Amino acid sequence: MRRMTWFNVTSLTLGFAFLYLPMLILIIFSFNESKLVTVWAGFSTKWYGEVLRNTAFLDAAWVTIKVAFLSSCLATILGTMAAIVMVRAGRFRGRTVLSGMIYAPMVMPEVITGLSLLLLFISLGMDRGVFTIVLAHTTFAMCYVSVVVSSRLVSFDQSLEEAALDLGCSPVQAFRLVTLPIIAPAVISGWLLAFTLSLDDLVIASFTSGPSATTLPMKIWSSVRLGVSPEINALSTIMILVVAIGVITASLINKRNVVRQRREEAAAEKLA
Amino acid sequence: MALDVFAPWDDPNAKPLIQFQNVTKRFGDFTAIDDLTVDIFEKEFFALLGPSGCGKTTMMRMLAGFETPTEGQILLAGQDIGAVPPNKRAVNMMFQSYALFPHLSIWENIAFGLKRDKMPKDQIGERVEEMLRLTRLEKFARRKPHQISGGQRQRVALARSLAKAPKLLLLDEPLGALDKKLRQETQFELMDIQETTGTTFVIVTHDQEEAMTVASRVAVMDHGQIVQVSTPDVIYEAPNSTYVADFIGDVNLISGKADPQDDKLHMHWAEGQPAVVGSPLDGAAKGQDVHYAIRPEKVSISAEKPENAANTIQGEVHDIAYLGNISTYHVKLAGGQIIKAQSANNRRISRRAFTWEDKVWLSWTDTAGVFLER
Amino acid sequence: MRRLLIAVPFLWLLALFIVPFAIVFKISLSDLAVAIPPYTPTLDFAEGWAGLKAFYAELDFENYIWLTEDDLYWKAYLSSFKIAVISTLLTLLVGYPIAYGIARAPQEWRAMLFMLVILPFWTSFLIRVYAWMGILSQEGYLNQVLLWIGVINEPLIILNTNIAVYIGIVYTYLPFMILPIYAALEKLDISLLEAAEDLGCSRFSAFWLVTIPLSKQGIIAGSFLVFIPTIGEFVIPSLLGGSRTLMIGKVLWEEFFSNRDWPVASAVAVVLLLILIIPIVLFQRNEQKQREADK
Repeated sequence: MRRMTWFNVTSLTLGFAFLYLPMLILIIFSFNESKLVTVWAGFSTKWYGEVLRNTAFLDAAWVTIKVAFLSSCLATILGTMAAIVMVRAGRFRGRTVLSGMIYAPMVMPEVITGLSLLLLFISLGMDRGVFTIVLAHTTFAMCYVSVVVSSRLVSFDQSLEEAALDLGCSPVQAFRLVTLPIIAPAVISGWLLAFTLSLDDLVIASFTSGPSATTLPMKIWSSVRLGVSPEINALSTIMILVVAIGVITASLINKRNVVRQRREEAAAEKLA
Repeated sequence: MALDVFAPWDDPNAKPLIQFQNVTKRFGDFTAIDDLTVDIFEKEFFALLGPSGCGKTTMMRMLAGFETPTEGQILLAGQDIGAVPPNKRAVNMMFQSYALFPHLSIWENIAFGLKRDKMPKDQIGERVEEMLRLTRLEKFARRKPHQISGGQRQRVALARSLAKAPKLLLLDEPLGALDKKLRQETQFELMDIQETTGTTFVIVTHDQEEAMTVASRVAVMDHGQIVQVSTPDVIYEAPNSTYVADFIGDVNLISGKADPQDDKLHMHWAEGQPAVVGSPLDGAAKGQDVHYAIRPEKVSISAEKPENAANTIQGEVHDIAYLGNISTYHVKLAGGQIIKAQSANNRRISRRAFTWEDKVWLSWTDTAGVFLER
Repeated sequence: MRRLLIAVPFLWLLALFIVPFAIVFKISLSDLAVAIPPYTPTLDFAEGWAGLKAFYAELDFENYIWLTEDDLYWKAYLSSFKIAVISTLLTLLVGYPIAYGIARAPQEWRAMLFMLVILPFWTSFLIRVYAWMGILSQEGYLNQVLLWIGVINEPLIILNTNIAVYIGIVYTYLPFMILPIYAALEKLDISLLEAAEDLGCSRFSAFWLVTIPLSKQGIIAGSFLVFIPTIGEFVIPSLLGGSRTLMIGKVLWEEFFSNRDWPVASAVAVVLLLILIIPIVLFQRNEQKQREADK
């Protein structure tokens, strides 16, 4: 193994500074006393109080969570189905079309997706609100879920399913008792991805929502267009920390499991 | 009284457990199994042997129900099983990758098939314990597959597929993932278990030694067809073709023109070399192309020309492969051909009889080798 | 069972992905009208066949002709393309050394560094763009630091220029560039470099002749992953760019929400899609090639 060269150390340091400094500054200045965001005037948590008392933010947060939860659940079901179809259903008419329809929404500019869905909802005469946002988010999130799940299915030893059939399972039982438990981690990461994609989305939600539903990104958007504000800094800090804690916890748990599994495997071979 | 030999295939009244009747399987343009007919009998340990892509795995998957024949029928105990899905067949399979369910313990893996049959709980427990005892895995019942060694996993896979007491057990390269020493031990274990349970085993393997060791009969396959089905000793001593002779063990193959004389067949094969003499081949006419196969261990090597040998050839030691218990001599003849001869090393190496470039005589009897038509 | 499994996702995507496009296309052929919805003709099913015929007769390519006549649109397409190309190159320049550094870091660090690259991707895109507003503004943190060090005497004007847009794109899309390059570099066998040096390469020429070509697939994939979404980007040019930053996503948004000209907005969308098909197809072909090479 080569030692880290100076070049590598420097590029990593600068790279991660670039990735994390802006957010760090944001977090630090969310504790700024002053209304003027760029001038430090002492430590204060008063903006957090402002955020938590601001019912418009809280309402929007509630709408966002509702939308994210519903759409990620739907997207997980649909995306998992699509993944199974793509990986396991063999050849059928329309396979290419389906694979195109799964792939395309991921590379589609959000403005186009949003516009087209809005025009659909209008021509169907649908009232726009939480329901239409859920439909829209489900549609693009299911594609991501399907990619995550199918990559797991592809590496999945198909003889496990055959073994289940061989031992007397019906195809449905084989899926429930063998396939699903094994791909569960991928399904869960698909769900998490769908959830955060929905939480994060501004453009598609702006197109597809009506006056009755405002999501948090839409709320933040309308406020940040006017410039930087300490309240938004505090709100952003809360959101960044929630996500960071979630992701770090998940990856630590995952890492611990992997390490334990490796140790046990090594122990088993030694024992033999 | 003679020992009762297990040979139902020689008994015209025996009813086969499995019958392949003119089975053909095509995948698109590719013909994996080509008009194949074979019978497998109850309590047999039947080996399908062949290189990869010869169709042996397809045959096994048709028995398990994962593939259906394009043409022809497969009968299990007289019943056509073509339309029966895998979960409704009294056939179980041990997978090459073992296919142990990683999220279930060893105990649950073995119980998996029994639970699908809605067997009462206490009976499941008994049966699983029985299988654990049979495969000496009692200590590991609570562990997950990744917590045991490769050899133990192999035994779990076997226990799981045997738990439902299938009429027929299919084993797809069951020992392929084990190292050589463990593989040899496990071969005998497999034979013991097969005998104890009385189950019919069909094993797929590309390892000829393994097939010869475990099987009651071996089917040598090539390009979707069975070239020869017979007991291991017949396959080895009396192959029906150069393909089988060459696939099983080490062999010297020479080709020439037939010359039937009295009750022997002579074969002229090279300028300046005496004709090879051996037992006759049915229907070989004078001048017809024939092949001769002789195993290296049947060729003796000596410094002096032996008296009374039916076949003698002179040559020069070209190469020696020392394998410890035996040595294989590659002897180069005047015409450049190489004939392999084997001898047991019953002396220490320092006193070895021959070395490179020694002039030697090779000899064998007229029954040592076989003439082959193809 | 199998049919149901295929039908559900298929019909869902058909109804919520393909049909909406058909509608966009149809509206792009309609005319603007002061009505609700604000375009004409609308399909009137009550009139039956005659209505359908009358409906088709009124569709035309007027809006597309309009797009070519008004130079706002083609300038916006061109400028989107230019911004996407420049920022893709910048992202590659910034991302490659990071990916390289991670791939060459000690084994036990790699998973951690890798996670640190992905982590920002999970946090809100909008917030990450917003964070730069405070940094780049005229009285922002960057100018404060530079003035304090004494590098400059006058605050730099960065926010509301294209430079701010480049920074924003590089920042938000960096993980998309790093991940595929890292994946390619991690597969690279170190002994190849040792072999190159053994055969007389200097460190640098080994890098240039071995590392770069072998990470080509990752570079290509990463570039497409940045380039494709950047073309239609809306949030970054709206927040960080100025009034003179022209990007087609922004134009579409304004055409739709401010001018309420749905037919033109739809035509803009259709043309944008047609432009994007080229890089998307190229990208997919690259992925295909990669998959085949991996087999």
